[in-house]
Amino acid sequence: MCDQTFLAATFGPCDSCGKASPLMNIYIKNDAINYCSFCMEVMACQGLQSGETLASLKKESDSLKKKLEEERGKLNDIELHQVAEKVEMLGALSIKTKRLLKGHGNKVLCMDWCKDKRRLVSSSQDGKVIVWDAFTLNKEHGVTLPCTWVMACAYAPSGCAVACGGLDNKCSVFPLSLDKNENLSAKKKAVAMHTNYVSGCTFTNSDMQLLTSSGDGTCALWDVESGQLLQSFHGHTADVLSLDLAPSETGNTFVSGGSDKKANVWDMRSGQNIQSFESHESDINCVKYYPSGDAFASASDDSTCRFYDLRADREVAVYQKDSVIFGASTVDFSLSGRLLFAGYNDYTINVWDVLKGTRVSVLFGHENRVSRVRVSPDGTALCSASWDNTLRIWA
Amino acid sequence: MTIRNAIRDHGQRYRPRMACLKKAEKVVLEMQDPKTGVKSQPQRLVITTIPHAITGEDIIAWLAGRFQIDTQEARNFGSMLVALGYIYPLQDHKRLVIKPDASLYRFQTPYFWPTQQWPVEDTDYAIYLAKRNIRKKGILELHEQEHYNRLHKWMNHKWDFIVMQAKEQYRAAKERKKPDRVVFECQERAYWVVHRPPPGTVSAMDYGLDRRIDPNTVEMIFTQQSIMRPRVKSSVSIGALVKYCATYKNHDPFLLKCLPSNPWLTDDATYWTLNMPNVEIPTKMRVERWTFSFGELLSDPRGRNDFRLFLKKEFSGENLAFWESCEDLKWGTAATMREKAEQIYKTFLARGAPRWINIDGKTMEVTVKGLKHPHRYVLDAAQTHIYMLMKKDSYGRYMKSPVFKETTKKAICPEEHKFSDNQLEQNARNRRPSLSPIILRQMEEEQKAKMAANVDITQVMTKLSQQGKEAPPPPPRPKRN
Repeated sequence: MCDQTFLAATFGPCDSCGKASPLMNIYIKNDAINYCSFCMEVMACQGLQSGETLASLKKESDSLKKKLEEERGKLNDIELHQVAEKVEMLGALSIKTKRLLKGHGNKVLCMDWCKDKRRLVSSSQDGKVIVWDAFTLNKEHGVTLPCTWVMACAYAPSGCAVACGGLDNKCSVFPLSLDKNENLSAKKKAVAMHTNYVSGCTFTNSDMQLLTSSGDGTCALWDVESGQLLQSFHGHTADVLSLDLAPSETGNTFVSGGSDKKANVWDMRSGQNIQSFESHESDINCVKYYPSGDAFASASDDSTCRFYDLRADREVAVYQKDSVIFGASTVDFSLSGRLLFAGYNDYTINVWDVLKGTRVSVLFGHENRVSRVRVSPDGTALCSASWDNTLRIWA
Repeated sequence: MTIRNAIRDHGQRYRPRMACLKKAEKVVLEMQDPKTGVKSQPQRLVITTIPHAITGEDIIAWLAGRFQIDTQEARNFGSMLVALGYIYPLQDHKRLVIKPDASLYRFQTPYFWPTQQWPVEDTDYAIYLAKRNIRKKGILELHEQEHYNRLHKWMNHKWDFIVMQAKEQYRAAKERKKPDRVVFECQERAYWVVHRPPPGTVSAMDYGLDRRIDPNTVEMIFTQQSIMRPRVKSSVSIGALVKYCATYKNHDPFLLKCLPSNPWLTDDATYWTLNMPNVEIPTKMRVERWTFSFGELLSDPRGRNDFRLFLKKEFSGENLAFWESCEDLKWGTAATMREKAEQIYKTFLARGAPRWINIDGKTMEVTVKGLKHPHRYVLDAAQTHIYMLMKKDSYGRYMKSPVFKETTKKAICPEEHKFSDNQLEQNARNRRPSLSPIILRQMEEEQKAKMAANVDITQVMTKLSQQGKEAPPPPPRPKRN
């Protein structure tokens, strides 16, 4: 279990504004201060103080960053591939397309599995959101949103609702109904309101809270019932493209990746940015936690996928090959965490051995970019969504 | 009226969304090396000869050798190079793929590469179409004709300029030698197939939405924090990651066949039926997962029920109940949060509470103080304490308890399915839908209501028996619709 799972969240009066709220505990020049997330933002946005110039601040920031790398390096006593030498090789994998889900009329941008391991929801560029029983290929529900580019969709843990959002800057929750004649749009609840497109959304451990990431550079936690903003997360300096919730039972963290090439780990309670990793050379398109919750992987436009260890606080593997030059848009782990499935812009899915760093398989079949790959909740299948208007189930 | 901005900056000065372009260029340059590159030959086209033509199979062979990949991948890579416009086909010029035979291709001139300094404008396209129209009327394809008409309408104000440019370029082209002219026409045509693809084809230039420009901010507060963050030695944390893989290796359906069979492979859903959330008898594999960590036991509803049963026998069920109530508070809706917090306090924390939990004085103090201004994380400290208590103490005893031993003994290990081809076909035809999660939730809620009613009666009876009074007759069962 992650160390930060048990970070005590302090709650009390903010040192700056006095209001009672969850506090971020930070150090400024070795002084401990406890600010609420709003005052923290204000402080971060303050202009230059006297005696500071943009150049001097940049120099100080660079020297701090170097010091951070030194600190990280101190405990770096072994590499992942060295430990992995003792691990046995994987056998040959035989993964084939088992289902082809046709029905979208335009690029499929996102999909999510239901907890019952066979249903899934998918959303596409023309505003359509479809709920399928992938096993029988039945389309069970369909909604049309008034906006195009529905880039985010998520299935609620209970299986009774779906959330989706995109260019409308909103994320809406639709309760699903068995009545075929009912118009699902009528019961729609607009939950999240951002100032730019919604790039990713996920329910937390219940149907009542929604976590979203947006092109406006922030992530936010919302109460579904009331639409109230519970917590916002500031720290990215460009579009946030993806987020993933930590899998552990008592986990209160999530990771987000953005166009500023950073992957940030956040504490959901206080809004604090706990850790940050900046080793990609281009936009991070997708982030996903390792099943144990102690690590995560990221996929980027620089055609690499990287693996970060949260406890050691550093990048421990890079998955790249010189024949792979196209950006990776999505990643997911298999159930044991040994395999990493990554979808690329050259229409393929590469399967990497997480521990050894080598590629074990390539999956061909899609006729356009792969926008999303997700392993089913019990690990029996992989679903891939693509710009060729189809979804494929691989097993 | 929306003005469609067709200007795409693929060079992407500040942030390489199409970082692949620079890498593709490197590969293409290597391919053109006279000594180590792809073999080229001149190709006869009626009277003229086109120099430096290469065959599809040679391209694929070269790529396979250069990157040490198999033919299928090399073919995919080659097709992407064609789709991006670095190589163009001489025959069947509208299909931007590599054919693994003697079909001919040529390298595109760098002038027409996608990373050039100028964006691909509609004005240039209009000039190109006009030029082709001048050369031979009626040569434009249907979609090109449609583009031409549309551009003529929207660019009417500069149409004279466009026609003039087209005529100039046409005249200049006529002064070139025939082979050069043919080559240039091929190159130009290929360029426009890439940047104005015919309808129904996939365009590699389509990268989706543009992202916002990133402002530069100086991140100091955060970096200071990061330096002071506690870290673990790499050997320890990496060791844990590797161990996780090893522990779950046999439970990963991609690595080891799941029993009786993977529903996606055999179209038989027995695996899912045997592993339903609240099945009576779990499978051996499932029970094995409960032994991996306390978190695994709690997150599996069947495991949690087993654990609950064990705790009831030990009379320490209030710990799990408290933990579940805290989860409900944390993830529940904001509206009922206050009441829930109060309810939990009354049931578990207050002095003389019916299900009082045993937490240390300091944690109790912090929690009670926090409850004055309840928020969803107010019980975090207490919840963590109880979680660790269960994990370090109860979990270990559960593993050795008769309850667990009983469950393990009853757990089943299904036989592997061995379907013949005919049976597999039949399975595929007989795929059945499953109960919708909506119905399952309704059933669960009815079940919970039934259980809650029972608990109420039990509590009432216990209280009354403690007071020495007689138990009242049980209230009538609520009518079901």
